[in-house]
Amino acid sequence: MRRLIAGLVLGTALATTPMAAQAETPKNALVMAFAIDDLITLDPAGMFEFSALEYAGNTYDRLIGFDNDDVSKIYGVVAESWDVSEDGLTFTFKIRDGIKFASGNDLTAEDAAFSLQRVVLLDQSPAFILGQFGFTADNVKDRIRATDENTLVMEVDQPYAPSFVLYCLTAGVGAVVDKKVVLEHEKDGDLGAEWMKTNYAGSGPFALNKWTAGESLSLTANEDYWDGAPAMKRVIIRNVKEAASQQLLLQKGDIDIARNLEADQLASVKGDENIKLLSKGKGALWYLGLSQKNEFLSKPEVREALKYLVDYDGITETIMAGRAQTHQAFLPEGFLGAYNENPYSLDIEKAKALLADAGLADGFTVTMDTRNTTAVMSMAQSIQATWAQAGINLEIIPGDNKQTLTKYRARQHDIYIGRWGPDYQDPHTNASTFAWNPDNSDDASAKPLAWRNSWNPGDMTAEVDKAILERDSEKRAAMYVDLQKKVLESGPFVIMFQETEIAAMRDNVNNLVLGPSFDNNYYRFVTKD
Amino acid sequence: MFAVTRNASDGRKRARLFSRTGASLVRIIFSLLITFIGLLLVTFLIGRVLPIDPVLAAVGDHASEQVYQRVKEEMGLNLPLWQQFFVYISNVVQGDFGTSVLTSNPVLEDIKRVFPATLELATLATIIGVFLGVPAGVFAAINKGKWPDHIVRIIGLAGYSMPIFWLGLMGLLVFYLKLDWVAGPGRLDAFYVDFIEPTTGLMLIDTLIEGDMDLFWNAVSHIILPASILAYFSLAYIARMTRSFMLEQLSQEYILTARVKGISETRIIWRHALGNVMVPLVTVIALSYANLLEGSVLTEIIFAWPGLGLYITNSLLNADMNAVLGGTVVVGAVFIGVNMLSDVLYRLLDPRARR
Repeated sequence: MRRLIAGLVLGTALATTPMAAQAETPKNALVMAFAIDDLITLDPAGMFEFSALEYAGNTYDRLIGFDNDDVSKIYGVVAESWDVSEDGLTFTFKIRDGIKFASGNDLTAEDAAFSLQRVVLLDQSPAFILGQFGFTADNVKDRIRATDENTLVMEVDQPYAPSFVLYCLTAGVGAVVDKKVVLEHEKDGDLGAEWMKTNYAGSGPFALNKWTAGESLSLTANEDYWDGAPAMKRVIIRNVKEAASQQLLLQKGDIDIARNLEADQLASVKGDENIKLLSKGKGALWYLGLSQKNEFLSKPEVREALKYLVDYDGITETIMAGRAQTHQAFLPEGFLGAYNENPYSLDIEKAKALLADAGLADGFTVTMDTRNTTAVMSMAQSIQATWAQAGINLEIIPGDNKQTLTKYRARQHDIYIGRWGPDYQDPHTNASTFAWNPDNSDDASAKPLAWRNSWNPGDMTAEVDKAILERDSEKRAAMYVDLQKKVLESGPFVIMFQETEIAAMRDNVNNLVLGPSFDNNYYRFVTKD
Repeated sequence: MFAVTRNASDGRKRARLFSRTGASLVRIIFSLLITFIGLLLVTFLIGRVLPIDPVLAAVGDHASEQVYQRVKEEMGLNLPLWQQFFVYISNVVQGDFGTSVLTSNPVLEDIKRVFPATLELATLATIIGVFLGVPAGVFAAINKGKWPDHIVRIIGLAGYSMPIFWLGLMGLLVFYLKLDWVAGPGRLDAFYVDFIEPTTGLMLIDTLIEGDMDLFWNAVSHIILPASILAYFSLAYIARMTRSFMLEQLSQEYILTARVKGISETRIIWRHALGNVMVPLVTVIALSYANLLEGSVLTEIIFAWPGLGLYITNSLLNADMNAVLGGTVVVGAVFIGVNMLSDVLYRLLDPRARR
């Protein structure tokens, strides 16, 4: 027995002595820790999750792209150039020569037409982005077609602002898939939907190597990429949910980039000379949705008072630690027509006066459904504290993400603290949810955020519909500024912050590109010293 | 005391035994079936009363109302509850556990991937827990009231009450970041993740099958910390139970008799007393092993360990019912399997159970 114990002690000691030296990551590979458990499909026709869009942005070419620093500059990717007919109904794209898919097939206008048709035919979550131009399963094969190898024609149903149509094609649904490969894997007429969920048929700077759900995603460089092969031959993304674990991996040098550090971790890596931070304003907004079914929240004075009761500066500086900036209009900075003034700031006295006007000088009690993540809970607690100063008793109801969302979508909340990310780069994406609600009844067929908060925006609905038909960009921008001001003034939304993404990386990593949305986070320019 | 008296010539007795075994086998299978269907029914109902919309996980928050309704119908959620359950059970009987919404994979395939990760961790943790916990418990018992006893009890109490989340992070901070003794979160270094094709899914075994010793040691250096931390918890429990079982045995009269007969103290403790403690101890160990096999969610999160606990929790929070039900079946099977295993061990350890 004594020998056995001795053996055990020795064995344990051996097992815990330094194993192979922890080398830093290879020079031609990028290793990243990123919470990618939201990744549920790899098919561009079905994806809507951040990690999925980022994956597609690096592995698929889209018809059109925009400049990350000035989104008004639109440029062609798969489409080399385009024309819009006089009547604004026909878009003709010239497809770039010399793009090859990972399969070796040439990319033609036929692939582009098929990809767009496929999105509409499959009718999955992002399909509405194309559907809003009048494409349906019945007409899409006629209205989107390849007239020859290099020409793609798209006929929309109304003379929309061209920028609206083009911005929508910069979204994930504009990714071009390899028609031959996809159809080879078609099952029961599903246009390859089943297969595409976990496989790859693209032409982008990287190709899928392997996806293990909940574990890792790895990409290999496309050496023949038409716009230049990436320096990183492999990109390995490991799903690490816990921010503290990401920090340790980064400090140790086992990963090059940590993507989900929170305030605590950001503060502690700031002093580390081997680590640098890269930040970029994203399109997502943090806001409070105030249900108009609630007797207190439906009073205009109360809605206004609540906008004066958020400690905007305190939250951005301490709780979000640089991961958010104050922004109060519904279009994020960088969008066409974005209104970047922030008229509200913390003003308890003013809020009290407004509450008194509403006959609620003694305050009231209201609940808020809150996601139980650190950042959201801390924001909610800050809000709870400032509201208390004006006599409002806020009860926080914590819940898991999907749980609070389910309640919100069923209009069963008082207040919901939420995060809304735009679906594409055009202002219509947010206008059509914050300021548009054609039917405020419980069984409406469209359920935008305005609907969820039981708010009838009145004339604004019609103005939103009109704005997408305004072909003069300046006039169009002015219409959105007007809408934003109106929502700021009377809307049931306390829009507080615009999100900033911060990637923490090792000192030797250069040229990672972060864009305004996750689909414009690019790995292809990354180099390592 | 382990001697076995066999009556090998008695053939009739054996035949009777076999037919009895046959009948009881049928009974066992039948009761297993009922147990599983009951288990599934309860899980199914819990899943359906959760205030989480299962369609959301499939279509996301931004999908149009029309897509939402179509997918809801495709998922069969428009059917009455009993019909949904019936459809599910009849698919399961045909070996089809459905597809997970979150991973787009068949649930069985997911489980084949996540369960070995948990199995590997739990087995190693239990082995460490038993080999350190049992001697520690014995040691404490024979030194009852003296300082070795106090030390073991304090260590045990600490192991039982320290939050695993904190312990895991501290472990990483000290042994990974500062001392560099072990590797960080994950089952292998990130760069190796594609190098291994899962055969058994057990990283330690797969790397050996491929004959790549570098990868094997890499896997060892990744698993040793989370396994030790889980082991600490089972160790604490096992040591405490061993101690109290031992104390009970050591006060029995046969121990006194043995001492009077002049048998050495070592033999009395390790052979006579521990021998009798083994039977209840096996139950304790089996239970703690089964608990670990359910997967420890927090450990899996901190160590980026893609195991069963995280899989089931994630699926539950997204109301991904196929995955939850599949996971439930596995956990049920694990408990039944571990129970059977401890039954077999009883027979080996306790001569009375062999009759």
